This record gives sequence, C-alpha cells and structure tokens, in this order.
Amino acid sequence: MPILEGQGVNKYFGGLAAVSNVDFHVDQGEIVGLIGPNGAGKTTLFNLISAALPVSSGEIRFKGQKLNGLKPHQICQMGVSRTFQETKVFGNMPVFQNALVGAFFGTPTHISGTDAAREAGQALEFVGLSAMSATPIQDLTLVNQKRVEVARALATKPELLLLDELMAGLNPAEVSEAMELVTRIRDKGITIFMVEHVMKAIMGICGRVMAFHHGEKIAEGTPREIAANKKVIEIYLGEETRAGS
Amino acid sequence: MLEVSNLNVFYGKSQALRDVSLRVNEGEIVALVGTNGAGKTTLLNTISGLLHPASGSVEFLGKRIDRLAPHKIMKLGICQIPEGRKLFTDMTVGDNLEMGAYTSEAWKQRKETIEQVYRVFPVLKERRKQSAKKLSGGEGQMVAIGRGLMSNPRLCMFDEPSYGLAPKLFSEVLEVIKGLREQGITIFLVEQNVRQTLTTADRAYVLENGRIIIEGKSEDLLQDKQVKKAYLGL
Repeated sequence: MPILEGQGVNKYFGGLAAVSNVDFHVDQGEIVGLIGPNGAGKTTLFNLISAALPVSSGEIRFKGQKLNGLKPHQICQMGVSRTFQETKVFGNMPVFQNALVGAFFGTPTHISGTDAAREAGQALEFVGLSAMSATPIQDLTLVNQKRVEVARALATKPELLLLDELMAGLNPAEVSEAMELVTRIRDKGITIFMVEHVMKAIMGICGRVMAFHHGEKIAEGTPREIAANKKVIEIYLGEETRAGS
Repeated sequence: MLEVSNLNVFYGKSQALRDVSLRVNEGEIVALVGTNGAGKTTLLNTISGLLHPASGSVEFLGKRIDRLAPHKIMKLGICQIPEGRKLFTDMTVGDNLEMGAYTSEAWKQRKETIEQVYRVFPVLKERRKQSAKKLSGGEGQMVAIGRGLMSNPRLCMFDEPSYGLAPKLFSEVLEVIKGLREQGITIFLVEQNVRQTLTTADRAYVLENGRIIIEGKSEDLLQDKQVKKAYLGL
C-alpha cells in the first residue's frame, strides 16, 4: 500500500509549470529515487509534499489522508520529515539544540525535556555526530550540516523521510558511507523518498526511480531500467557519465 | 603563477592547514581533492584573503598576497566561486552577475563580459530579471560561476562546482572550465567528483587532515592505488 501518493499534482510559478500533472506513489518500506535535470521540479515536488508551498491543483495523500491545506508543522507531526538541498539549520544554535528542535516540535504529543534530549542524542548518535553535539553548527562543514538535518528529521520520529540531495559534495568513499546510513534508516522502518544526482547512490540503494523533466514525470522503473532509458541518457546523464558509471 | 609555501592556518587553537605548499602554473588546470574536513575550502579562503595564515606565504604573479584584503586580491585577478553558491538572493540574476564586476576595471567591461557569460549559460539570459531566490540549484550554480567570471579573472578557483548539479550538467561545466582555459584563464579546481575531475585536470594534489599527502599528474593519480581506494571508492 502506498504510504504517499499524488494525483494530478500541479504547481505553477506565474505562467511556468514547475510540476505538471504528476501522478506518483511511494510504498511503505521503499527507497524511491527522484532524478532529473536542474530545474526539473524535483525540489518543488518535495516542497509541495511538505507544504512549504501550496499545490496549484491535484491531491497529495499520506497514509490515505489528504495533505492539501495543512501547514508544514502539521505534516511533520503526521510523520513526514525532510532535509533541505540548501541546508536550513538554526545557525545560532549548537548541533545538539538543532536536533532537539526536531524532538520537541516534530511529534504530535507533548514530550518532556528529558525525553526530547534523549531522542536528540540518539538521533545524533545514529548519524555519527555525537562528538560534535556542543559545536556551533556554523562551524560544521556543509556536509556535516546536512547530517545534522538528517538527525533533526529523525528526532521527529518520521514514517516517511524526504532527503534532498544528501550526497552532494561527498567524495565516492563518503557516498558509500551515506548510502549505508540511508539503508540503516530504511531498516528502522522509515520509508525514503530521495532527490539525488549521485548516480552511484541511486543505482546502489533505490528500489525504484522516477525521472522528471520540465515538471513532468518522463520515466519510472528500476535503477537499471532508468539508466538504460534513452530519454534519461539524453536529457540527464549524458553519454560521458553513462560511460563512466 | 600561484605559489603557496609552507602555509599554516588555524581556527582558534585548531590547526586546519599544516605546512601546505603547492604551485599552479599559468594556463594549467590543477585539481585539489580530499575528504570533507581535509582543509580544501580553508586553503581557497586563505588564497583569496578571507583567512590569513599564521605562517607561510601565498604569492601570485611574484607578489606576496597573504596579508592583502580579499577585494585587493580579486583586483589582482583571482576569483573564487564558493561552495554552496552564496548568491545575493534578494537580487535578480543580472544584478548578481554584475556584483562580480565590482572592481573598477571589470565594471567598465561589464556589458561585454555579461554577454560572454550569457553565451556560456543561455538560460541565465532568459532568467536575468528573475529573483535569484527562485532559481533551481543548478541554475544558482551557473550564476555563481558567471559572477566569478564577471571579474575578468586570470586565476579562477572553483570550490565544488559539481555540488547539486545533474551529471550531464557537471560534464558541461567541465567543458566550460576547459573552454576558460582555452581563453587563457588558469584554473584551480576543488572537487569531490574525483574521477571526472582528474580526467579534466593536468595535475592534482591530495589534501588529508590539512596536509598535502600526494601530488602528481592527474593520469598518474588515476592509477594510484591509494587514491583509488580512498577517493574513487574502488
């Protein structure tokens, strides 16, 4: 059963259709990848799911419940959490407090300070950043700031996690580590929907991949099928990358 | 052209660069690779004057620059295209580009230079009146590169240009970088996409824990077992 589904989803910026009549679904327990050229509408779709932006038309449902009209914090409390392509951290707080915000405000029920601190601590440990708990977040590299965003998202106890370019800026060895992290998150029972340009990660951990172009879904299938898709090669991968990967 | 000698740089008490020496010759594409936290961005920030070394020196065209302010270093012909774009999000695409022509010499030529940038990235011409806030990640990266070029640099330092770019677009950016070299601009390239970067660069340095641990021709590094294991994930 789909944990997340969208029907006829549209988003216009003025006259520009950023997301154009897209149907999609993510099943419970899947790792689904979303690829496409820059400007294809991938992050916009994440913004629609998380209600950072309202849909122009169409419907998005989480566990059968309509998300249209809800506020971002309500969607988070329902169990949909996310990270951001351009990190959005609380810049004047240490790492630990950033995760703590997730634990305090991301769940629908009241949580005690002690419990929230435990959740935040566990989330940081899970992503491997316990040692940096007290460090001001602006002193972290961009890559580690993204990991704090993952911890903050995990601290909200999500059922579905949207990852927006988690692998950007990682070298191949670090990509392998991040792939392992995402797999561990899925193994905790959290469904993953990820926007990613690093094809090694898409090929390695996604069960299914969707490709966007100009706001439309142009292909969908297993990573292998997508990597061999002529249109995807033409508009997205390019011959060189295909030869190199 | 650029000579970095025995550079030591600290953040408070923690040392980020240890005795780093490297050289970039005019007309070369030189790459710097290394894990996150190795000190790559710190090195770029020191060259461009955002940080000052505790000891060691940076020379550009035979002149010491390690005590100069960033805007003076830029005037000498070094531009940095920062990681994560750092655009002026309240300004239009066109205004962002013009901000790169901040120095008086570049300002006089800005109309010409901006047309060159538009030839490289036609989509930016279409979007020139749009707010930089509304760009996709990849378009933002194009603006950041274009803004750097607006200063008419002699040495262009790229900090992770692949960041957030679709594979095909990054291949195109590498072609742009090769084109810049053809035009006489020297390139210093910090990048995590090691394989494609080494295929493009003439020479490369590997930085680890603030030290240069390997240097050589790119083709040799691509064959190097240590590099393969640690950076290519092979």
